[in-house]
Amino acid sequence: MDAGVTTAAAVQLRAASVRLGHRTVLDGVTLDIPQGRFVGVLGPNGSGKTTLLRTLLGLVPLASGSLSVLGRAPTRGDARIGYVPQNRATTAALRLSGRDVVACGAPWLGGRAEVDRALAMVSAEHLAQRRLGSLSGGERQRVLLAQALLGRPSLLLLDEPMAGLDPPHQASTVALARKLSRELGATVLMTAHEVNPLLGAVDLVLYLGGGGAALGSVEEVVNDATLSRLYGAPVEVVRAAGRLLVVPGVGAPDMGHC
Amino acid sequence: MLADDFMRQAFAAAAIVGLMAGLVGYVLVLRAEAFAGHALAHIGFSGAAGAVLLGIPPLAGLVGATVLGGVGMGLLGDRAAERDVAIGVVLTASLGLGLLFLSFFAGSSTQATALLFGNVLAVAPATVLALGGLAAVTLLGLAAILRPLLFASLQPEVARARGLNPRLLGTAFLTLVALATAGTAEVVGVLLTFALLVGPAAAALRLTPRLGWGLALSASLAVVEGLGGVALSWTTDWPASFWISTLSAGVYVVATLTDR
Repeated sequence: MDAGVTTAAAVQLRAASVRLGHRTVLDGVTLDIPQGRFVGVLGPNGSGKTTLLRTLLGLVPLASGSLSVLGRAPTRGDARIGYVPQNRATTAALRLSGRDVVACGAPWLGGRAEVDRALAMVSAEHLAQRRLGSLSGGERQRVLLAQALLGRPSLLLLDEPMAGLDPPHQASTVALARKLSRELGATVLMTAHEVNPLLGAVDLVLYLGGGGAALGSVEEVVNDATLSRLYGAPVEVVRAAGRLLVVPGVGAPDMGHC
Repeated sequence: MLADDFMRQAFAAAAIVGLMAGLVGYVLVLRAEAFAGHALAHIGFSGAAGAVLLGIPPLAGLVGATVLGGVGMGLLGDRAAERDVAIGVVLTASLGLGLLFLSFFAGSSTQATALLFGNVLAVAPATVLALGGLAAVTLLGLAAILRPLLFASLQPEVARARGLNPRLLGTAFLTLVALATAGTAEVVGVLLTFALLVGPAAAALRLTPRLGWGLALSASLAVVEGLGGVALSWTTDWPASFWISTLSAGVYVVATLTDR
C-alpha cells in the first residue's frame, strides 16, 4: 500500500461471521479495507462474494462479530453507497430508455442534472436515449453503472460487472471502474470470477474462500502459500504468459474458474 | 349527439375511466402483470353479481371484490409460476360464483350481459359521480407511490438496498389496479377491461421508450378510444363496448407494425 493516503477504513470487519441458512459463508473474518482503493473481490462460486456486498448494504445481517461501513453500522438506504447488482435487468427495465431506468433512483429535486452527470461519467449520454433492451451487454452494463453513481457515493459495490462480457469489454469495464474510483475518490469493491482481467488495475484483491478472507496486493494474496492457507488444502499459482492460473492440488476443494 | 343527457353521461364516464385505466394500465403492462388485471376483472364479476342480488349498486360489489382480490394477489408475492395457477383457480371459482348469484336473480340474462360486456350508454348520473370519485382516489394513490413503485419495478435489488419494500409497493399497486379495474368494468364490462387497461398501455410501450411520454400517450389513447367508441356507437347503433375493444385492438396492431 502506498503511503500518504488517509488510513481510515472504508470497511472494517471484526471477527465477523455471516450465515446463509445452515451454511457459514464468512467465519470470523477480521479485515480493514482502506478508503479510496479499487479492490477486486475474488473467490470460487459460493465463497460469499455477493453475500459480502449484501452484508455491507445491510441486506444480510451478521451472525456474530462487528462491521462498520464508512464509519457506521450498515443500514439499508445508506445514500453513500452505490450498488450494481449482478441480476440482469428486469423485463420492465429492458422496455424503457436507459435514462429512465437510471432516473428512477434519482431524487425529485435536481434529479435531472444528477442523472446527466452520472451518465456523462460513464460516457453513456447517447446510449441512454435508447431502449435498454436494444443495447449490447457491455453498453447495458455501462448505463446501469450510472445508476450507482447518483449522489456521488464514497463506496461503490459492483457485483460481477464482467459476467457475460468478452475480454475487450471486460478490460474496458475494469478501466472504467478504476477511473471512477480515482475521479470520485471512492472505494470500489468489484467481484470477479477471475483475477487476470484485474491485473495491473486493482490496488488490492480480497480473496474469499473456506469462510476466510485474505486482503492485500495481487502478489501478497494470489500465491501458493496464502491461497493454500485460505483453502486449507494445497493450491499452486502458476504464472504463464503474464497471466495467473490458480491450480488446485490433490485434495483441494473444487474452486471453479478462479 | 351531445343533446341527450345519456350521451353526455356516457362521454363523461368513458373519459374518466379512460384516463384512470390508461395511467394505471401503463404501469401494469410495464410490470408484466396484465394477467393480474385480467383476473381482478373476473373476480369483480362475482362481487357485481352479488351486489345485484342484494339490490346494491354493482359498482360497489365490483370495488369490494376486486380490492380483496388485489390485496390477496399482492400478498401471494412474486413467484410467478405458482401465482398464476393460484390466480387462475380463484378467478374461475369467482366466475362460477357470479353465475350462481345471477341465477337467483330474475331477468338475469340482460343483467349478466351488462356486467360482462358493459353498457356505457346506460350509466346513471350518480354512477358518473362515483366513477369520478373512484378515479380521483386511484390517481392520487398512484401519484403518491409512482416514484418508489417504478424504482422497485425497474431495479428491485437496488431499491431494496435503498430501503424500499418492493413487495409492499407491489401490493399497494395491485390495490390501485383493483380500483381501476372496477371502474373500467363498469364501462366496458368485466370481460373487456383489457380494452382500456392493457391495449392503450401496450401500444404506448411500443411507440416510445420514454416513461413520461409513454404514460401520457397511454392515457390519451385510452381516453380517445373510450370517447371514440361512444361516438361510433351513437352513429352506428352498435354496442359501445364493441367499438372500444375494436379501436383498442386496432391501435395496438398499428403500434406493433410501426415499431418494427
